Amino acid sequence: MTATDLPATDASHYGRFGGRFVPEALVGALDELEGALAEAQADPAFAARMTALREDYGGRPTKLYLAERLTAHGGGARIYLKREDLAHTGSHKLCNVLGQGLLAERMGKRRLIAETGAGQHGVATATIAALLGMECVVYMGEEDTRRQHLNVVRMQLMGAEVVPVTSGTRTLKDAINEAMRDWVTNVATTHYLIGSVVGPHPFPMLVREFVKVIGEETRAQVLAREGRLPDAVVACVGGGSNAMGVFHPFIADAGVRLVGVEAGGEGLDTPRHAATISGGTEGILHGARSYVLQDDYGQVRPTHSVSAGLDYPGVGPEHAWLADSGRGTYLAASDTEALEGFRLLSELEGIIPALEPAHAVLPALRLAGELGPDGVVVLNLSGRGDKDVDEVERVLREVSGEALGAEATS
Amino acid sequence: MSSPTPTAAGSRAASVEAAIRAANDEGRAALVIYLPAGYPDLATSQACLEAAVEGGADLLEVGFPYSDPLMDGPTIQAANQIALEAGLTPRDDFAMCAELTAAIDTPALVMTYYNLVWHYGGTERLDAFAADAAEAGLAGAIIPDLPGEEGGPWRAAADAHDLATVFLTAPVSSKERLAAAAEASTGFVYATSTMGVTGTRETLAESARPLVGRLREVSERPVCVGIGVSTAAQAEEVAGFADGVIVGSALVRAIAGGGPAAVAELTAELAEGCRRGYPG
Repeated sequence: MTATDLPATDASHYGRFGGRFVPEALVGALDELEGALAEAQADPAFAARMTALREDYGGRPTKLYLAERLTAHGGGARIYLKREDLAHTGSHKLCNVLGQGLLAERMGKRRLIAETGAGQHGVATATIAALLGMECVVYMGEEDTRRQHLNVVRMQLMGAEVVPVTSGTRTLKDAINEAMRDWVTNVATTHYLIGSVVGPHPFPMLVREFVKVIGEETRAQVLAREGRLPDAVVACVGGGSNAMGVFHPFIADAGVRLVGVEAGGEGLDTPRHAATISGGTEGILHGARSYVLQDDYGQVRPTHSVSAGLDYPGVGPEHAWLADSGRGTYLAASDTEALEGFRLLSELEGIIPALEPAHAVLPALRLAGELGPDGVVVLNLSGRGDKDVDEVERVLREVSGEALGAEATS
Repeated sequence: MSSPTPTAAGSRAASVEAAIRAANDEGRAALVIYLPAGYPDLATSQACLEAAVEGGADLLEVGFPYSDPLMDGPTIQAANQIALEAGLTPRDDFAMCAELTAAIDTPALVMTYYNLVWHYGGTERLDAFAADAAEAGLAGAIIPDLPGEEGGPWRAAADAHDLATVFLTAPVSSKERLAAAAEASTGFVYATSTMGVTGTRETLAESARPLVGRLREVSERPVCVGIGVSTAAQAEEVAGFADGVIVGSALVRAIAGGGPAAVAELTAELAEGCRRGYPG
């Protein structure tokens, strides 16, 4: 499947979503980027270098693993885990940064800037900057630098400068604003390595082109194992890069349900969540038309999620389109459900997931139950949970007064 | 919603270009002053805008604070944040503008980000925003994150309510894009002097003059230069080649230092620069 197969109005829009709402100073850079992507995609040497690095450096293809104890716990369909947690840097993020890093190199830009929420994208960007010998500056909400201190140290170890963002709500959206401001100022020398399928065209398309390898691998692996396509593919959605990566190659397969799980925080009936599609309205944020968590006058609302990586008031425009067209189903899992998913996967499979994909565990189990024993469900395990251990312990202690492990035998 | 009768000079939209031409006819570059609504509070922001007129502003830009102002530097961001934390909405900002425009003859434009225009009390409310802007006596709008190719729906709404549209150009804009932005702009064309966000620059980029020159080749519209202009000396320099000079952050800082009186004083200095630098 290529970008031209995408059932969208044009390359820059997904139905009525997407577009390019940016200061004029950035339009030239966005055009340059679009052109560079088209040239790179037509250049076999680019693909060869990217594939070699994905495999030898990044550890791709990642495995598809049949989670037997999780399947037994669900009592229904076989649940496979797409093991993005085993990729270099511990999440799916490397596919995107590798592609964009090589594009930046092609464009002669030696300075990479990025925003990060959980820190996974920042770590991945710092990694690629080190690999390609580039300068790297990562903007991170001050609040997130506290929640994800380990990742701050990882970035610094690889030579990146981490800039705590103290404007606005001091989280991921403000880090994106700050990165955009940097880019407007330094666009001649700098590539903004955006971390998800969000932002102005061509970013949502470009990032998707680099992450869709996840779904291409998954599709082939499921076919090899099961002799058929899965009934459902489940992934967590913040901005939505891991979900778009795993969904996209299945869009044309009408029999495969695409299920996105957003961060329900403390509940959709409260303001403390980050479920943009389930609980948001249409708006324009960070250069694209999509769903946005905002008030009646278009002011973007503070969001909340136990997972920093999903704590974002927007969502990729292609997800908005998948939701709106009915091709995708988007639901929300609360903080509590995410923590339960975190615990289940740790205890049943010996896999400590990142809090982001932990949101998708209970919805995947429910789906497996609905589908019954003949069904096949793939859960995109987008990252590993080492970074979250401190935060999980803190939250569980806050909730129950107990340390992690107190109910481990239940 | 009905709009007030256009001013005697003709339409509200036309009053923007007319104000710039009038200043030029008097031998000076027009001075355009930006201040955010609601900083430090609504009443004081109105007093500061009126003080700018007293000091010699030819046009006003009233910033409507937005939660994610990605074209703004730290000074305006901080002012925005104070207004937002006070719970002010665009409706409150319009109410202030109605009082302001009733008190002054200087045309005022709203400057804000596209989501506030697009999501004004619901989805796709461009027409409602334009109607309320007209009702508040505003003469036009500047939307820095709305490039020409996405600007069609807003231009239609603005035209329907007799509002001037102002689009931005940048030193990196192609000739085609400069022409398109100028064609879509009915008040003036906004030339961003340098690459970057609002705020003070020690020196104005070399790129401002050539950008204005390139705009002259494709358009007859007045060209105003903004971003990075903060002192009378800089205003004087820009007045040497542009029809208007836009100043924002420096005045926001003046508010913190001395309120409306400081705004009037700095505006008068800037106006003097606009006069000194203007050719002929």
